[in-house]
Amino acid sequence: MDFLQPRSWSDALAAKTNRPDAQPLAGGTDVLVDLNFDRHRPAALLDLGRIGELAGWSRDDDALRLGAGLTYTIAAAELVDDLPGLAMAARTVGSPQIRNRGTIGGNLGSASPAGDAHPPLLAAGAEVELASAAGSRRVPIREFFLGPKRNALAPDELIAAVLVPRATGPQQFAKVGTRNAMVIAVCSFALALHPDHQRVGTGIGSAGPVPLVADDAECFCEGALAESDLWSTRAAIEESTRRRFGELVAAAARPIDDVRGSAAYRSHALSVLAARALGWAWADYRRS
Amino acid sequence: MRGDRSLRATSSRPTRQRPAAPVTPVTGGLGESARRPDATLKVKGEFAYSSDLWAEGMLWGTTVRSPHPRAKIRSIDVSEALMVAGLATVLTADDVPGRKTFGMEVPDQPVLAWGDIRYQGEAVALVAADHPETARRAAALVRVDYEVLDPVVDAEAAMAPDAPALHPSGNVLKHVKVRHGDQQPTADVVVTGEYEVGMQDQAPLGPESGLAIPDGEGGIDLYVATQWLHVDHDQLVASLDLRPAQIRMTMAGIGGAFGAREDISIQIHACLLALRTGRPVKMSYSRQESFVGHVHRHPARLQYEHGATRDGRLVCVKTRIVFDGGAYASSSNAVCLNAATFACGPYEVPNATIDCYVTYTNNPPCGAMRGFGAVQACFGYESQMDKLAAALGMDPVELRLANAMREGTSLPTGQRVEGPAPVAEILRSLRAMPLPPNADGAGEAERDLRELPGGVSNTTHGEGVRRGVGYAVGYKNIAFSAGFDDYATARVRLSVVAGEPIAEVHSAAAEVGQGVVTLQLQIVRTELGVQRAVVLPADTQVGSAGSSSASRQTWMTGGAVKAACEAVRERVLALAASKLGATGRLVLADGAVLVADAGAAPTRVSTLADLLGAEVVEETVEYRHAPTEDLDPETGQGNAHVGFAFAGHRAVVDVDTELGLVKVVEMATAQDVGRALNPQAVEGQLQGGTAQGLGLALMEEIQISGGKVRNPSFTDYLIPTILDMPPVRMDILELGNPVSPYGVKGVGEPPTISSPAAVAAALRAATGRALRRIPVRPEHITGLLETRTDAVPDDPTKPARISAETQ
Ligand SMILES: Cc1cc2nc3c(=O)[nH]c(=O)nc-3n(C[C@H](O)[C@H](O)[C@H](O)COP(=O)(O)OP(=O)(O)OC[C@H]3O[C@@H](n4cnc5c(N)ncnc54)[C@H](O)[C@@H]3O)c2cc1C
Repeated sequence: MDFLQPRSWSDALAAKTNRPDAQPLAGGTDVLVDLNFDRHRPAALLDLGRIGELAGWSRDDDALRLGAGLTYTIAAAELVDDLPGLAMAARTVGSPQIRNRGTIGGNLGSASPAGDAHPPLLAAGAEVELASAAGSRRVPIREFFLGPKRNALAPDELIAAVLVPRATGPQQFAKVGTRNAMVIAVCSFALALHPDHQRVGTGIGSAGPVPLVADDAECFCEGALAESDLWSTRAAIEESTRRRFGELVAAAARPIDDVRGSAAYRSHALSVLAARALGWAWADYRRS
Repeated sequence: MRGDRSLRATSSRPTRQRPAAPVTPVTGGLGESARRPDATLKVKGEFAYSSDLWAEGMLWGTTVRSPHPRAKIRSIDVSEALMVAGLATVLTADDVPGRKTFGMEVPDQPVLAWGDIRYQGEAVALVAADHPETARRAAALVRVDYEVLDPVVDAEAAMAPDAPALHPSGNVLKHVKVRHGDQQPTADVVVTGEYEVGMQDQAPLGPESGLAIPDGEGGIDLYVATQWLHVDHDQLVASLDLRPAQIRMTMAGIGGAFGAREDISIQIHACLLALRTGRPVKMSYSRQESFVGHVHRHPARLQYEHGATRDGRLVCVKTRIVFDGGAYASSSNAVCLNAATFACGPYEVPNATIDCYVTYTNNPPCGAMRGFGAVQACFGYESQMDKLAAALGMDPVELRLANAMREGTSLPTGQRVEGPAPVAEILRSLRAMPLPPNADGAGEAERDLRELPGGVSNTTHGEGVRRGVGYAVGYKNIAFSAGFDDYATARVRLSVVAGEPIAEVHSAAAEVGQGVVTLQLQIVRTELGVQRAVVLPADTQVGSAGSSSASRQTWMTGGAVKAACEAVRERVLALAASKLGATGRLVLADGAVLVADAGAAPTRVSTLADLLGAEVVEETVEYRHAPTEDLDPETGQGNAHVGFAFAGHRAVVDVDTELGLVKVVEMATAQDVGRALNPQAVEGQLQGGTAQGLGLALMEEIQISGGKVRNPSFTDYLIPTILDMPPVRMDILELGNPVSPYGVKGVGEPPTISSPAAVAAALRAATGRALRRIPVRPEHITGLLETRTDAVPDDPTKPARISAETQ
């Protein structure tokens, strides 16, 4: 196995063009597990750890740019105001060691339906910036996930960053697991309220072949909020609205039975999580 | 201290004698929380585990395992594997020189399979190469042609007359019958229940690993982390076809055991490879291999029928327990016997009908794990006690108190309980402990997510959360039972090195983390009054210590070390009498021989250094507990156990009833430990055992489908984290034990026995659901998944259903 260690982003892109069979290595928290379990024997590893510009995040007006190398530790600490849904999700990832190493780009690279960064990025309406030596392109995050552990990356491409609007309203993330820490999601749900556009964003994790968006639930909720003019009155949301929202989120899921939980439980739990998350987010909005 | 000062005063006067060495009182003796010698190394990450072993020029061994739970091997083709550069050898069943099977109780498991494959993960061939990766690649090239057969994956189905026989002896490995009192009793109130326990794993963090080094003369040295060196040694002698002296085993640094290391894993394989290649061979399982490379806790189905009078006195217990033993016997027979003898719980039960079975299936082999048959039974009988209390309209603790076993109680096996049996005291202690405050009062915003079900995963801010409290009490035998010749050997040697007395202890007791090394040091310090003490590496150069299992080492090896110290002391004091003419009541303390006559201040006769000079006093002792007997095969009567330990738990849980997520708020335990020789170590056992029981109640399960393990990694075999395991409130009772050294009882297993049942009871109290299966999954709490056992209707007035087997 070859080990490639470019010092700059352009070198990395060049290396990926020359060696499309090289597997990018960020925090290694997925790659090294796969190597240890002997699931995967890449011909080469392309270590992105030396490329400083991947690591941070920046804000330009209301647009955030999250480097692919942004770790969960930093996301949880620094994005609490600008992207609270992602910060909350980051806080639930693994253990401190994993949060120190694991990156948002790595989560997208693995494209596991259970990846915790995905639902909040879906709810927030993010785009993924993919780059190759030939140039770069932006893919709406919904189109990035193609199947279980499959994504829109071309063999010569790397993930450069995630571009996402700064939060203009409350966001929530909730994840069900069978223990209280260090657990892969049995299912998860993210919600973002966008009062500026009077829109509602959702993201569902670990309840389908790819992370999902609950379109019908979003429409229903937007309709219910608009109908009673709640965005401006900031009055309470009906319990029945929250319940219906939960049902529609559950209906958008395409869960399976597996070792972590049954499909029926996943659907049920999503309906509960979504109803609760809407309640919390709306309570935040009313206070804001 | 006083003696100390007067001594210095004496030595400051001119004298022809050599000045005596300064005397400091011995510390780290019995009753103190002496520090583990490996503590600092472990905290600093410098401790050498068996997986860290290394020898110059060593090869790496790996195992080729069957992917099928049931199959016949048509042929094995190793030719491709042999071509891999760096490969040293490939071995199959034909290469096993001696007995081709192994097993602690029944040698029914092939060292390397030929003919039949009986479980997924069964070892078929061995490979050694100069690099672990090379070995793995070569192993993948060993072509085994299997005729795949339908596995038998259900213990009940395995007992059916038309089930295919997985072993020549048939599929029922053992049936223990206990018949006690009236077999056709009538009772005012009868409750029936059916329960299920999933397959728990010991989940030791250290994988099975070891290093075998050939001695160049046909013999071998094996360094391995195990629970019982000598039982491994016996099996090595048989399968390697060597003389006992040709095989020397030394205990290596262990990363947990909990029963998983009672059976052979790499031992025979590593030696076979090393003897064949003439080079040191290291084997170390991957995590996945570890999950199929050791036995698990038996899954069980338990049917119960409890009868009682209206005022809550137990009249009868009928039970039928079926264990899935998996593919090979391991310690299934003893687990089955244990479960049968404890099936009614620590209660006075005048009439009992107990049938306990363990069967062969094509599931992974099951064997020893902390609690050993008593854990499964406790979940059954304690669930029943709660159900009975509900049927009677009684408080569950009151019902238990009314029926609590005590000293002198006759067990269903006819055995009288000798010594303290403080079941009622334990229950009262638990009930009297203050309950943790209910967090309901705090406003939503103030609640730390970590205190709620789901933790920082942010699933509830208090919605759906209900509190429940549950109690359970259990008991278990200590040390080996049923007529087994149970003994432990220790050698103690006292000598003077560099002017200071030093005691060396040599035993084969396996330090599995429980602290038996520390304990041996504490015993010699106290018994011989010397500060400097060393425990030599456990190996087979000294007699057997028996297994570090059955909560027995403090009693057994502790007893052997104590007895060896007494023998050494006797000789030293005799020497003091003969050499120095000392008279009176002589004792050893603070590195000296003292006269300690009643009513007088002790005076020093001589320092040990002066007395012994170059002399070495060494004694080896074999310690045995009182003999036990096997149960009568028809009636199950007999004094099978030498002693019992009792523990109880109170669990307080917060349950998110809508999501089925759980936060255990507090675990409280009361346990009679006889005597706490190392209080901190005792606390550690209580905490750890409680955690392992909590794990079984809430999450720990090897999930199997069609005989295949679905979650052989810590990604999906979940064990409790710090956010799942609350602080443990402990009441450690020290009521002594008339038949053991220092009045100890075993400590390691009891905390695991009642902890799962207490958690389940608390969950039932919070949710109102029957919860007849552990681990309880969110699906059960939310009512989305009915287990097989949940389908049984709940009718306390139902007539007796369990028919006793007749011969
Ligand atoms: C103990 C443990 C607990 C975990 N818990 C969680 C959890 O709670 N939630 C969760 O979501 N995940 C969890 N994970 C999985 C893992 O930590 C995450 O998926 C993490 O985001 C991976 O990031 P990484 O930087 O370590 O990626 P790596 O392992 O380095 O890479 C992951 C994948 O992404 C590719 N990749 C990385 N960077 C790029 C790039 N810039 N361009 C293109 N491809 C790239 C790699 O080639 C690889 O395919 C856990 C893992 C472990 C070991």
